[in-house]
Amino acid sequence: MTLLLGRKRGMTQLFADDGTVTPVTVVEAGPCIVMQLRTEEKDGYSAIQLGYEDVRDKISSKPQREAAKAIGTAPKRFLREERLHGPSEHEVGQAITVEVFEAGSLVDVVGTTKGRGFAGTIKRHGFARGPKTHGSMNYRAPGSIGCSAYPGRVFKGKRMSGHYGASRKTVKNLEVMRVDADRNLLLIKGSVPGHNGSFVQVQTARTGVKK
Amino acid sequence: MNIIQQIESELGKPDGTLPRINVGDDVEVDYLIREGEKERIQTFKGLVLAVQGRSIRKTMVVRRIVQGEGVERTFPLHSPRVHDVRVTKRGRVRRSKLFYMRDRVGKSTRTKERLGDKVRAERETEKARRTAQATAAKDSSSKDGE
Repeated sequence: MTLLLGRKRGMTQLFADDGTVTPVTVVEAGPCIVMQLRTEEKDGYSAIQLGYEDVRDKISSKPQREAAKAIGTAPKRFLREERLHGPSEHEVGQAITVEVFEAGSLVDVVGTTKGRGFAGTIKRHGFARGPKTHGSMNYRAPGSIGCSAYPGRVFKGKRMSGHYGASRKTVKNLEVMRVDADRNLLLIKGSVPGHNGSFVQVQTARTGVKK
Repeated sequence: MNIIQQIESELGKPDGTLPRINVGDDVEVDYLIREGEKERIQTFKGLVLAVQGRSIRKTMVVRRIVQGEGVERTFPLHSPRVHDVRVTKRGRVRRSKLFYMRDRVGKSTRTKERLGDKVRAERETEKARRTAQATAAKDSSSKDGE
């Protein structure tokens, strides 16, 4: 598995020679610096820690600042670990770029979805709405939420209104259409969670089999 | 310029290869169609009812009457299938979408032609652009021949 950190930049489309259009999301990813290696002996598991996007010394914490200084880089805004099965092939301080992915490979993209605030059942759970007219007073109401004397309570997990969005979501098995190493861009088929400019993690698809 | 605009300007047809298209214009679209193994160019002539989208995502809806039946086609302007677009008449219209044309038949489907210095200037630049393009194409093909 390969992990890369980046930011979603927006969507556009690609034309094939036969005129077919593919919608793509542009993700600016990497270069990520290997900040730390977790080892079996020291940490009980092996992993690689990547850092993305430099921040000013002033807004980073002292431990982060010192750790970054020790490997000769600036402190990073985002730090994420990737679990490994064996010892890492990478070394601390090494940079990982978009070239770890190639056009045609499948990736999973993890991001934070757009926040919808307090949302009703129609938006949040896809409930049907009532009729708009003909005296209907039930336009977006959720309807009955359960039975009467038996069980005499509302079941746990009943789908109702509430906070929606702004949660971590993974979109699986998206195809990488193009890799632009000069500008650190990945063009990924389909959509990706979050606003333009939001933080995303791109990793090799876990289960994906290309159709 | 933001990254998306930059990418779209690189992916799409280069600036100046497409004419300025306005709603209400009469256009001819050369469209590549596949017939079995062969490809050939089909020309679709009609009135532009609507233009949607920006840069590489731009599309236009063209309407014409074929054997008494209205036919509308949507062309993605930056598609490699759209070989060429020519404006034959500039129309003067007062809406951005001409869907009311669907309810019209006969003479009332025509738009009033836009005339004047502006249109004439546009036609001149368009002509200049085409000759420039043609000579450029000739240059590159003669270079290939060497």
